[in-house]
Amino acid sequence: MNLSLLVLAPLITAVAVLFCRGLNRVRWVSLAGASVQLVLSFGLLALYWKERAAGNDAAMLFEYRHAWYLPLNIWYHIGVDGISVAMILLTAIVMEAAILVSWSIKTMSKEFFTLLLFLSAGAYGFFLSLDLFTLFFFLEVSVIPKFLLIGVWGSGKKEYSAMKLALMLTSGSALVFIGLLGLYYHTGGAGGPHTFDWVTISQMQFPAEVQRVFFPFLFAGFGIFTALFPFHTWVPDGHSSAPTAASMFLAGISMKLGGYGCLRVAVFLMPDAAREYSPLIILLATIAIVYGAFATMMQKDLKYINAYSSISHCGFILLGIGMLTRTAIAGAVMQMISHGLMTALFFAAIGMIYDRTHTRLVGRLGGLLKIMPFISTIFVIAGLCSLGLPGLSGFVAEITVFMGSWQHAGEMYRLATILACASIVITAVYILRATGQVIMGPVREPQYNGLADATWNEKLAGILLGAGIIAIGVAPFWLNDLLASGVGSIMDHAEKTSIIK
Amino acid sequence: MPNDAYIALIPLLPLAAFVVLGLFGRKSLLRLSGIIGTGAVLISTGLSLWTAYRYFAACLSDGACRLITPLKVTWLTFSPGLSIDLSVILDPISVMMIVVVSFVSLMVHVFSLGYMKGETRFGTYYAFLGLFTFSMLGLVLSGNIFEIYIFWELVGCSSFLLIGYYFDRPSAVAAAKKAFIVTRFADLGFLVGILILSFHAETLDFHTLIQRLTGPSPQLASITRASFLGISLLSWGLVLVFIGGAGKSALFPLHIWLPDAMEGPTPVSALIHAATMVVAGVYLVARLYPVYMFADPAVLRVVLYVGAFSALFAAIVACVQTDIKRVLAYSTMSQIGYMMFALGTFQAAGEENTLGYTASMFHLFTHAFFKALLFLCAGVIIHRVHSNEMKDMGGLRKLLPLTHGCFLIACLAIAGIPPFSGFFSKEEILLAAFHANKFVFAVGLFTSGLTAFYMFRLYFSVFWRRQSQDVGSHHGEAPLTMKIPLVILAAGAIFAGFVPFSRWVTYDGAPGKGQGIGGFAIAPVMLALLGMLLAGFFYQKESARPAKAAAALGGLYKFAYHKFYIDEVYSFITKKIIFNFIGRPAAWIDRNIVDGFMNLLAGVTARISARIKGFQSGRVQDYALYFFAGVAALAVLFIYIYT
Repeated sequence: MNLSLLVLAPLITAVAVLFCRGLNRVRWVSLAGASVQLVLSFGLLALYWKERAAGNDAAMLFEYRHAWYLPLNIWYHIGVDGISVAMILLTAIVMEAAILVSWSIKTMSKEFFTLLLFLSAGAYGFFLSLDLFTLFFFLEVSVIPKFLLIGVWGSGKKEYSAMKLALMLTSGSALVFIGLLGLYYHTGGAGGPHTFDWVTISQMQFPAEVQRVFFPFLFAGFGIFTALFPFHTWVPDGHSSAPTAASMFLAGISMKLGGYGCLRVAVFLMPDAAREYSPLIILLATIAIVYGAFATMMQKDLKYINAYSSISHCGFILLGIGMLTRTAIAGAVMQMISHGLMTALFFAAIGMIYDRTHTRLVGRLGGLLKIMPFISTIFVIAGLCSLGLPGLSGFVAEITVFMGSWQHAGEMYRLATILACASIVITAVYILRATGQVIMGPVREPQYNGLADATWNEKLAGILLGAGIIAIGVAPFWLNDLLASGVGSIMDHAEKTSIIK
Repeated sequence: MPNDAYIALIPLLPLAAFVVLGLFGRKSLLRLSGIIGTGAVLISTGLSLWTAYRYFAACLSDGACRLITPLKVTWLTFSPGLSIDLSVILDPISVMMIVVVSFVSLMVHVFSLGYMKGETRFGTYYAFLGLFTFSMLGLVLSGNIFEIYIFWELVGCSSFLLIGYYFDRPSAVAAAKKAFIVTRFADLGFLVGILILSFHAETLDFHTLIQRLTGPSPQLASITRASFLGISLLSWGLVLVFIGGAGKSALFPLHIWLPDAMEGPTPVSALIHAATMVVAGVYLVARLYPVYMFADPAVLRVVLYVGAFSALFAAIVACVQTDIKRVLAYSTMSQIGYMMFALGTFQAAGEENTLGYTASMFHLFTHAFFKALLFLCAGVIIHRVHSNEMKDMGGLRKLLPLTHGCFLIACLAIAGIPPFSGFFSKEEILLAAFHANKFVFAVGLFTSGLTAFYMFRLYFSVFWRRQSQDVGSHHGEAPLTMKIPLVILAAGAIFAGFVPFSRWVTYDGAPGKGQGIGGFAIAPVMLALLGMLLAGFFYQKESARPAKAAAALGGLYKFAYHKFYIDEVYSFITKKIIFNFIGRPAAWIDRNIVDGFMNLLAGVTARISARIKGFQSGRVQDYALYFFAGVAALAVLFIYIYT
């Protein structure tokens, strides 16, 4: 399969949208484009399985390479393993849902959909890249449009939030860039040219002091995207000001770019440094998990609740990565997928509620189950997924992280695992508080009584995301199998190239 | 028994009902939902009975009960050896439990046809009942410790949904939240317990886990060698698992959710909060019993004392409650306390005493019948008088003759009067306790007297006390769908004690000796009769006696009436301490310190740039000034350096 199609499809759609006239055409063309992405990514999944079933056990499949800028040895080099296939599926599903819930965007809809599609092109490119420069390029592509999406279509103190988000995320990518350059100039030691090529680099061993210097740049840089404590403060403001679709993309996919980068670049290429910094990573992740959960408990705005809970849930990703055991890393990747779907569903539901009631304050909502059963149901499903109910994806991801973390027998690691486990109780508290107030209870304001339930497009978006959550929650083995080879190669690679035995 | 895969249908049929009714029960299948739900559970019950018949027949012909695993599907593999399998296992207790669960569930399904008739969310109600029945059946059939945790959480969720069924009542919402959060807190213990046990046993499979942790094996050596705070990890793991069980089974001090859970529809209380879900904790300990027996005796001693204390504590509180369902809730807690401490009686002085295990399971079995019956009777009563308060009842025996009869049977059974079912199981528990620990035996004996007192207090207050009322006597007692389950359960409450239980349900599957109770029973029965007489003396006729007694007891009465202020303690800890001293500061620090620092950084950068942007003014005079100033400064510098 030509993987470039995945990047091209949203770009072509974005250009096509620019030439459309009329709101309806803009919407339908965008939806068609997103559906093409969805079909392509499911096709990719099928082809991937077919290759694997046929016995192809190469680390990366469907590789493609094209010179981009030879003087610096920069190539457009793409390929996928199980982890990237899963991330691509996630992106396609979230994008489809994001387009569907943006049906009500009327101001400058053309620009809105174009920017949204650009974002997804960036995300696909990022997950496909096997050249670190290409990877960085796509990372930037998926940051800049967010500034505009929030600044123009946002709500509340949107200018402040857009600026904050853009500044913090670009600082993150600046750190990443320093790390990448550090790697680049330490390649080609034996007289060969320097290279950004991930596959070539992964066969090299960097001296411990090089790893020690550049690992923090890469990990912290990507970490900012994944709400690494204490660089997480863009999350609450950014999410709460963003329009629904941008929130969905931001929390659902953007934050996963960071986790993916940490894993694919920082940990994979510098396993010794990863081991050395592991206690620090775990400390920060545990703080994010517990402190994020407590901070969530005190929030009054639904978007802030989901944003803070994202900080806590993304802590599981970093915890899993930091634990460096096979199971924990598999759990971290599952958590990326699960959180991506769950948080997108949550933001979608919050957006639908806000569109109708014009408030997101928990205290001013109540009894929505009676008025909008569908929206309330998806809200509850997202909430139950968040608190880790079996049968939904959150449970699978969390217990895999817990089981994996427990394999690390050090006392501090055990303590971190227990604290992470304890956060599920706090999660239950804030989710049930919000659900009890917003969904259950008596109808708060009389004017809510006549409000309509979800429209067809909103229902479709909810069903799509909900189906993903349930598909993982009920039958996690397919995801586990999909990820197994990718996760396995990370650990094998770490053992093979490790200098410290 | 080959071809036993059909057993998977027992839980799956209610699941199918849940899915169908969840999707279509709100509109198109609204009317049919009761039939669909009941039909599914009816088939499940039939299959359960058939399975039980075949299983125990096989026990009879083999001379001992074996563990059978008819089905095992890998669900999620963590690492080689460690995987969650969805499996079904048959052993005496799981077979006994599927019968209890599906049977009581069927009774509740049928009863609800009448009780919930006309509800707008009738379909949703049956969907949730189906979900619960599925989860509970899955729980008892689990052959993998993580599988049981999965169903454990699912029963918790269905309990949440059903307690909050009347979701527009704030009290129901609060109760549902409380139940979920308190049991979640306990489940944290369960989860960490699983992590500890599975890490050392290198398996999640119950059978293998028990084998490895009860015989000489490298796994056992590793878990007993590792210790934390001087206690071996085996003991930690088992105590943590017990905490999980204590939360679900509403043992002190994790019981606070159970009385509030009575906000749910009454048939739900009968099913979930009396007969099935709340005994899951007892079942869990029983499932791992060989490991508990093998571990440090201190672990089972914890089980023993927590159980005994809960039994006594709840019985005292039950004596002074005024809400009929709350009395029953505390009585449930007390009876579960009995089952739990029966499990704790293993370490008798110098000998091993496995009677407790059998007794506990027996009591679980008989309790399911009479407690479900009590709740369903309460349902009929509440349906009629539209109140939960005992003061609104009285003299109902003429009005509700069938309910009166059934309620009396259930009261006699729970009080332990022969030949009703509760007598046999409770005597067995007391006998086990007598051999193990005289103090706990005394507590159990005293509590059985209290049990008779509070149950008959309830009975007399509801059915006697006043002259017959005629609240709406123009229509009949209850529809047939509500009466039939009462009669069937009443038959169970009478005869369940005659099941030759102790012969087959033993911890190792070998047939039990069946110790005679005989003369031992005299004291408990006398005490129960005394309790009944006292209750009659106080409550059979309206009088000032209860008020006088309450006044005489003074502070103690007030303490018990306020449930010993346990709720207040919890609310102080959560609201005052956790919210104010952890949650609020965390949120404040995040906004003002962590984010404040980021903003400060941005602000400083902006201020510096505002200062230095003045340099680029575009005016030639300024540039000339800077230029000459620079030259002058350099000149001074060079002169200073070179001289």
